[in-house]
Amino acid sequence: MDTIAAHAWVRPKRELGWLARLFDWKPFLIVICLLPAVGLLMVFLTYPLGLGIFLAFTDTTIGRRGVWVGLENFQYLIEDKLWWNAVFYSVFYTGIATVAKFGLGLWLALLLNNHLPFKSILRAIILLPWIVPTVLSAIAFWWIYDPQFSIISYLFTDVLGWRTTNIDFINTPWSARWSLIAANVWRGIPFVAISLLAGLQTISPSLYEAGMLDGTTPWQRFCYITFPMLLPILAIVMTFSIIFTFTDFQLVYAITRGGPINSTHLLATLAFQRGIPGGQLGEGAAIAVSMIPFLVFATLFSYFALARRKWQQGEGDD
Amino acid sequence: MTDARLATTHGEDENLPAQQQGKAAAAEMMAWDSKSRRMVVLYLPLACFVLILLFPFYWMTITAFKPNAELYDYKTYNPFLIGSPTLDHIKHLLFGTAYPKWLMTTMTVSVCSTFLSLFSSTLAAYAIQRLRFTGSQYVGLAIYLAYLVPPSILFIPLATMVYWLGLFDSPMALILVYPTFLIPFCTWLLIGYFKSIPYELEECALIDGATRLQILREITLPLAVPGLISAGIFSFTLSWNEFIYALAFIQSSENKTVPVAILTELVTGDVYQWGALMAGSLLGSLPVALFYSLFVDYYVSSLTGAVKE
Repeated sequence: MDTIAAHAWVRPKRELGWLARLFDWKPFLIVICLLPAVGLLMVFLTYPLGLGIFLAFTDTTIGRRGVWVGLENFQYLIEDKLWWNAVFYSVFYTGIATVAKFGLGLWLALLLNNHLPFKSILRAIILLPWIVPTVLSAIAFWWIYDPQFSIISYLFTDVLGWRTTNIDFINTPWSARWSLIAANVWRGIPFVAISLLAGLQTISPSLYEAGMLDGTTPWQRFCYITFPMLLPILAIVMTFSIIFTFTDFQLVYAITRGGPINSTHLLATLAFQRGIPGGQLGEGAAIAVSMIPFLVFATLFSYFALARRKWQQGEGDD
Repeated sequence: MTDARLATTHGEDENLPAQQQGKAAAAEMMAWDSKSRRMVVLYLPLACFVLILLFPFYWMTITAFKPNAELYDYKTYNPFLIGSPTLDHIKHLLFGTAYPKWLMTTMTVSVCSTFLSLFSSTLAAYAIQRLRFTGSQYVGLAIYLAYLVPPSILFIPLATMVYWLGLFDSPMALILVYPTFLIPFCTWLLIGYFKSIPYELEECALIDGATRLQILREITLPLAVPGLISAGIFSFTLSWNEFIYALAFIQSSENKTVPVAILTELVTGDVYQWGALMAGSLLGSLPVALFYSLFVDYYVSSLTGAVKE
């Protein structure tokens, strides 16, 4: 590096070619640097988002460009019991799974925040469910939920003797709904736990010392120190979790494909079923667009949580 | 359902006796009590968590190596163990199906889209963080917001676009589309990383007459290698795991990626070949798990770092 610097010092800048000078001109450089990222995102993200909203108001099918039909697709959806069922299950799935993921994830994070042997190995093991492709672990769950050869049924009937019949996991609507939520929680816990652990480690120990001097119980320390200090990071992680649970596709598609009798369709799987194999692109797009209000709500939630964080810590805008 | 509930009830059961013990404990019992309390409150729940989180992988592995005779006979064989391990399922997978081809496609798509998104997000992060300009933070925020747009909303319009562009059923479509969810995350991660490199180093180079691109190549990038590695790991695992686009855009068997192919090609008829399915899932998970275990420290630090941002 020294030689380059010395080299450039000896030879003044004017010997640079016009191309080099163009690339050193800041406005041009900014445009060039932003072009690949912004270009790709514009073409394959912003434009499809607009196109999706447009398609929702047309009757496009595969291989035929549709015509503008106004709100017809949405009117049809409102009368469609399957759509209402998907809305119900999406909200139910997101609600229950989020509560369970955050409850158990917070508990796991608190456990991991202790002094433990093999801490880094433990963390690596715990992240595994998050790393492995969702579809592949979903197939493992499908096998675990098998009506005849489920290992959980075996455990409860033959080993523990608590039941006499096999547990029915995915063949009746309600048990299938709960089974899918369990698989989702299993997959989501690691991310929540590891993120919250990072949050826990930023809390200054002196706060706990002060609390102990004041004679607080562990529960009080959790309620008045840990939880409020964790709230900002909790809000961000929760927003992400809610968005990606609400729009989940892989788990349901891999384990039940929306069955039995369409009871476990999420909005995303219903949109896929109508749009791609069914060929009704317009209707599929309308179902996908109907997810947007929920997502906007979740994002606003994140925004206000962030604003609150800055106020709490007395930071200016950075 | 069971794992969540099991874990909760366990915790409540264990906490109760510990408290009662605490009240009854005499002074000389304190040391023992705190040790056993730690056992019950800390190690036991932790062991349950690890057991439940790892069990599906254990089950996947053990199924992949079990002969069919043991697979469906829980009466004579203990299902938790293997009597006589076999490589039949893996052999069938590698030589009886197009699995190697799917693996190659997935690898190509993941590597290409990772490089594409690393290239564009490095430049973008450099422009936003180092070539500060009016509104640069809004560009950063906009790129970040792009991460909040889930693929489930985009796949239908993207499928029509891919069709118009003539890329339907080609891995090229996936290479071009995957950066939409990789770039926002990588850019955000690298902005954070560039922030940690002292600006003075660049000013020195500017005074010495280096051009901006020289600075990026000779000073910033070498210092940002750990950040680039973690962004690369993220991108690779995310594109390896991607499902919905690959399912929607790819039709022909030989162009499918591993997750899609296992679900659509190996599941045939009413009788599922669980041995082969589990072997496929295991082989499909291994590259990511290996790759991840090599760089686990980068991964954890960038995951937590990105969340803190």
